[in-house]
Amino acid sequence: MNILEIKNLHVSVLNKPILRGLDLSLKEGEVHAIMGPNGSGKSTLANILVGRGDYHMTAGAILYHGEDLLVRTPEERARAGIFLAFQNPVEIPGVNNVQLLKEAFNAHRKYGQLPEMDAMSFRTYLQDRTKQLGLSDDWLFRPINVGFSGGEKKRNELLQMLVLEPQLAILDEIDSGLDIDALTDVANGVNALRHHRRSMLLITHYPRLLEQVHPDKVHVLIGGRLVATGGMELAVRLEEQGYGWLSEVAA
Amino acid sequence: MEAPNAVNSAMSQSYKHGFVTSIPSDTIPAGLDEGVIRLLSAKKREPEFMLEWRMAAYRHWQGMKEPHWSSVRYPSIDYQNISYYSSPFANDQAPIALKDVDPKLLATYERLGIPLSERLSLAGVAVDAVFDSVSVATTHKKRLAQLGIVFCSMSEAVREHSALVRRYLGSVVPPGDNFFAALNAAVFSDGTFCYIPPGVHCPMELSTYFRINAAETGQFERTLIIADQNSFVSYLEGCTAPQRDRHQLHAAVVELIAMEGAEISYSTVQNWYPGDAEGRGGIYNFVTKRGECRGDRSRISWTQVETGSAITWKYPSVVLRGEGAFGRFHSVALTNHHQQADTGTKMIHIGKNTHSTILSKGISAGHGNNAYRGLVKVLAGASGARNHSQCDSLLLGQECSAHTYPYIEVKNQSSKVEHEATTSRISEEQLFYCQQRGLSREQAVSLIVNGFCQEVLRELPMEFSVEARKLLEVNLEGSVG
Repeated sequence: MNILEIKNLHVSVLNKPILRGLDLSLKEGEVHAIMGPNGSGKSTLANILVGRGDYHMTAGAILYHGEDLLVRTPEERARAGIFLAFQNPVEIPGVNNVQLLKEAFNAHRKYGQLPEMDAMSFRTYLQDRTKQLGLSDDWLFRPINVGFSGGEKKRNELLQMLVLEPQLAILDEIDSGLDIDALTDVANGVNALRHHRRSMLLITHYPRLLEQVHPDKVHVLIGGRLVATGGMELAVRLEEQGYGWLSEVAA
Repeated sequence: MEAPNAVNSAMSQSYKHGFVTSIPSDTIPAGLDEGVIRLLSAKKREPEFMLEWRMAAYRHWQGMKEPHWSSVRYPSIDYQNISYYSSPFANDQAPIALKDVDPKLLATYERLGIPLSERLSLAGVAVDAVFDSVSVATTHKKRLAQLGIVFCSMSEAVREHSALVRRYLGSVVPPGDNFFAALNAAVFSDGTFCYIPPGVHCPMELSTYFRINAAETGQFERTLIIADQNSFVSYLEGCTAPQRDRHQLHAAVVELIAMEGAEISYSTVQNWYPGDAEGRGGIYNFVTKRGECRGDRSRISWTQVETGSAITWKYPSVVLRGEGAFGRFHSVALTNHHQQADTGTKMIHIGKNTHSTILSKGISAGHGNNAYRGLVKVLAGASGARNHSQCDSLLLGQECSAHTYPYIEVKNQSSKVEHEATTSRISEEQLFYCQQRGLSREQAVSLIVNGFCQEVLRELPMEFSVEARKLLEVNLEGSVG
């Protein structure tokens, strides 16, 4: 069954149409890459999925596990297993990772009708996961994203994802602003998070990340529509030839 | 950010302590003159010196004007329209044993989460429970007395420990200090007295729980804490009042005295009824709190969490007289809906090598108006004095305001005074980030506010810290759309 089914999706931001008839199906465990030039609507797709204000669907449908997604609040979508790794994660001074993650984790547990985890057990649970990503314990007590480098912010998003164990993860330009080493770290993190029950949407400009992650499908988004779908060979061609040849297809 | 919903009735619903105890009371008619003060003093069976002290304060007060230099705004108060004394007992005959206390009163405190029975009470906390104008009961007195600690109501202290009272009362906040302090000196009805003898480390938290119950009355309590040489005491203060449409005046005075090497830690969780979402009703909390580090190496810390009252007007201060004395003020003040707070501190450095730290966290939501006002004064003789002040403001929504008025007066070249201030707003982006992780908007606000205040909250004793976090949460209800 498709975990996510997007049909003829039209989305406007401040009355300006951005997505104009996008269709996409994602199966459980699949990793799809969405590539495209600036302004093609990649981030709009991510934002409409997580329910950010100012993004309005004007036509079409989004089904998550076969049910209408857009009737749900942002927090309900999160608790139901949708996770967005933000392109530019915001700083929250005074609040550390442990505090946010404990609240978030228990909100997920409550939604799944599981008992909340106490502080001690949660700390152990967290430490296992920081280790998996090769992060030190004091990482957990830093205020969220405050003074983090670009690479640290991305790794922090991955840590949160590892803790919350989403069924659908949307990674919005998780590779932007990273040097080669940091990119490899992040790619390894993404690979570690692959799971046969977890689907991912990787939104990216560049094929570099995809060479290390090997998505099941690569889609190209131009002018608010998917204009091409293929495998890694598509990403490789984009690397060599750019988007020009596809823009003609889109037009 | 979405405009906060100003007409959120949930706010007034959420004041958990707004109930009224139906109990007969001995309340004197509204109005204030010398006759009222004589009557009050007689009801309390006070020695002559106390009546004279009150009369002098009253005469002084008559020549004073209500101050209006702060940023708070309110209609003028008719001091002849307030009853200055209301007691749940006839003739101020407070029961001697707890078993003689009216069960309705005990039930009131139990409902407030403060069981007065020593068997049920919080381990390690002794309570003086003040109901309107009188002290209802004081717990753990015997155990404390074995260590020479005096912990009793102010009325009892005036009668039973008059030498100590005469020596220290008004020695930090003189009767003519300011308009409200003078009024308090004239008509104060009860409060807590506490004396820790030299070298004694008080083994339990001492606390007073103030409850205003009667309508149209004012509460004017007076607290006096003396920590003699090398002693230590930690003291907690909690306050609630019923939900009423009319404003009520609470004008207290608290004096702390720390002798050589002594330490007093004073914590307040103030949750007087704040008024409803439209600004109707609520307590006017006009309070003078001051401590004096009288001896060398003495220490006084004020920690306050101010979530209640329609108006809060208070500046817990420390006079650093002894050499090497240390003063600290840590504050969280929250204003939501139409609440106003003008609060801060004064650190007066007189002795050499005196240190002080100020940490103020102001949170404004709704139409709240929050001002930090502080004075750091270093006198000529205070060589090596140091102060560090930090004032942070957090805004929620578009209609609220935050102001910082730091005054610094330095007359000594070798002193070091630092001031930092920040203002931030909870952004829509921060809220959305938390929502995307599964938190509701309310949970997100609460998490961010708690993070903002945690340096102050962790100074509070455990039970109070938990209580304070809950109060912040409740008082922020309806502050996000």
